[in-house]
Amino acid sequence: MLIAEAVVAALLLTGSFFLLVGSVGLLKLPDLMTRLHAPTKATTLGIGSVLIASVVYFAAIEGRVSIHELLITLFLFLTAPVTAHMVAKAHLHRDRATAERLPPAAGGGGWATLDDDPEPGARSEPSGP
Amino acid sequence: MIELALTITYAAVGVSLLLNLVRLARGPDPTDRILALDTMVINAIALIMLLGIAQHTTLLFEAAMLFAMVGFVTTVAFCRFLLRGDVIE
Repeated sequence: MLIAEAVVAALLLTGSFFLLVGSVGLLKLPDLMTRLHAPTKATTLGIGSVLIASVVYFAAIEGRVSIHELLITLFLFLTAPVTAHMVAKAHLHRDRATAERLPPAAGGGGWATLDDDPEPGARSEPSGP
Repeated sequence: MIELALTITYAAVGVSLLLNLVRLARGPDPTDRILALDTMVINAIALIMLLGIAQHTTLLFEAAMLFAMVGFVTTVAFCRFLLRGDVIE
């Protein structure tokens, strides 16, 4: 019981540390592309630790095994890259200075989100509306 | 021991929410504000989970799940609006 309590407390402290680090990074880092990278620590490690702490707490101390937490973790891990991608894409379209500093894309066709298709009609599938 | 850890974690999450709020108010670009809101949702989920542990109830986890879903949809909708000028075309 004491070991379980120590594990829960340690996981909670780890989670709080990473949540704090993510938010400090969000405030302190210089521009959006670097700021984008800080809250991912809060999402994966911070929330992950708190959720595992809750799983351990309810399994070992309350005697109830619940898997809702794992569902939340799975959902957050699936959606975090999508939101990061959307924010970065919106930033690229709004900020010309960042878009001009991008390295050339492989294949010479330019960046898919910024430039036109170099060979329209080369792909067999129909283009979107 | 758990009570002390919970108190420290509450404080850390509260400070994190304040820092996010500063970024939300200051953020030079709308994308920064979207990112700050997304991080606030993450911290709010952590707060709900901590409340669930403190009150010995698993009832709040559904609320955390719904909050995660709503936060994701909101972020994507905001980005979509910035990109296309419309949410659903």
